Amino acid sequence: MRRTLIALVTTVTGLIFLLSFKSQGAGPTNRPAALAPTTPGPTSTAAPNASASPSRPSSAPQTATGAVIQTKYGPVQVRVTMTGNRLTDVEAIQLPTGDRRDIQISNYSVPQLRAEALAAQSAHINVISGATYTSDGYAQSLQSALDQLNA
Amino acid sequence: MGTVFSIDIRSSDLDIGAVDAVVEWWHWVDATFSTYRPSSDINVLGRGEKRIGELPPEVAEVLSLCTVASERTNGYFNACRDGELDPSGLVKGWSIEVASRMLVAAGSTAHCLNGGGDVRVIGQPAPGSAWNVGIADPRSGGVLTVVAGTNLAVATSGSAERGSHIFDPHTGRAVTDPISVTVVGPDLTWADVYATAAVAMGSAAPAWLDGVHGYEGIGLTADGQAWRTAGWWRYLPV
Repeated sequence: MRRTLIALVTTVTGLIFLLSFKSQGAGPTNRPAALAPTTPGPTSTAAPNASASPSRPSSAPQTATGAVIQTKYGPVQVRVTMTGNRLTDVEAIQLPTGDRRDIQISNYSVPQLRAEALAAQSAHINVISGATYTSDGYAQSLQSALDQLNA
Repeated sequence: MGTVFSIDIRSSDLDIGAVDAVVEWWHWVDATFSTYRPSSDINVLGRGEKRIGELPPEVAEVLSLCTVASERTNGYFNACRDGELDPSGLVKGWSIEVASRMLVAAGSTAHCLNGGGDVRVIGQPAPGSAWNVGIADPRSGGVLTVVAGTNLAVATSGSAERGSHIFDPHTGRAVTDPISVTVVGPDLTWADVYATAAVAMGSAAPAWLDGVHGYEGIGLTADGQAWRTAGWWRYLPV
């Protein structure tokens, strides 16, 4: 069966691996080796914007900003930081705009909801649960950032 | 329909071969349990061409978990639909939970596994910090809220993104309200099962989930209201 393997990025200590399962098809199982064409879905519309320097001391943190991936709900973009060959940070810098104004329930106090909203706004998001389009966009932007660092 | 799986390892103590093993495991699970592949063991079993004893022991394990899941959810989790055997609602979370245990056994102290939005995190992504898991708002694709932890399973089920695919097994009808339920707890197999069952329960979900020991949830109703179980707050980032 044919599987589209989106990416393999690796060092011993900082590693992200993405793979995509197809529900049907036949053929040999691919080993994760390289960036392969992605399945239909979000497409990249912005050029990658690297802030990494090609020659650097291995201990200095370097960052790279991934491509903006357009999803059904809006743009998704992430930034990664690597220190040496270790991935030390991944940050979502663009996610589709959520509308939280209508999120309320009488059981909870205003301060609690406010605390939650603030936490959601300020938290450094590592990963997203739900919304497959958004999380696929997140993964693709992440891959593009890592590609820039030749990670 | 493809699903993206990702492995994010932040641990330096891992035997790197374990990552290959996890990838192999997920491909094997896909081949064994996919209802889209006529030759998968689950379809072979469903057509009665083989008995369960002739198949890999994981098939029996999954079906046994499905039975427990149905009991724990008053039948709202159901691995049979229209007479077809379909344990998909449990397999994804279970396969990620097993993968996480494989990584821990191989020495990982910090990782994040994500399979189509079902997330299992272990340890600290960076020294002194917890994993922050954003919960998608299915109406906008933005983030509804964030939960944080160093040993956490987060599963989201709903009908908003790829068309309604959760059915109330008692009526056979597709569920459209709530549009999304996220369950947080210690084990992704059960977080996934409870999230799926909670969507199928409709308006009864918050009260039921409140009574489930060890798991908390947030749901979004079709009219835009969010509900949370009583202990939800303990998962918010500090």
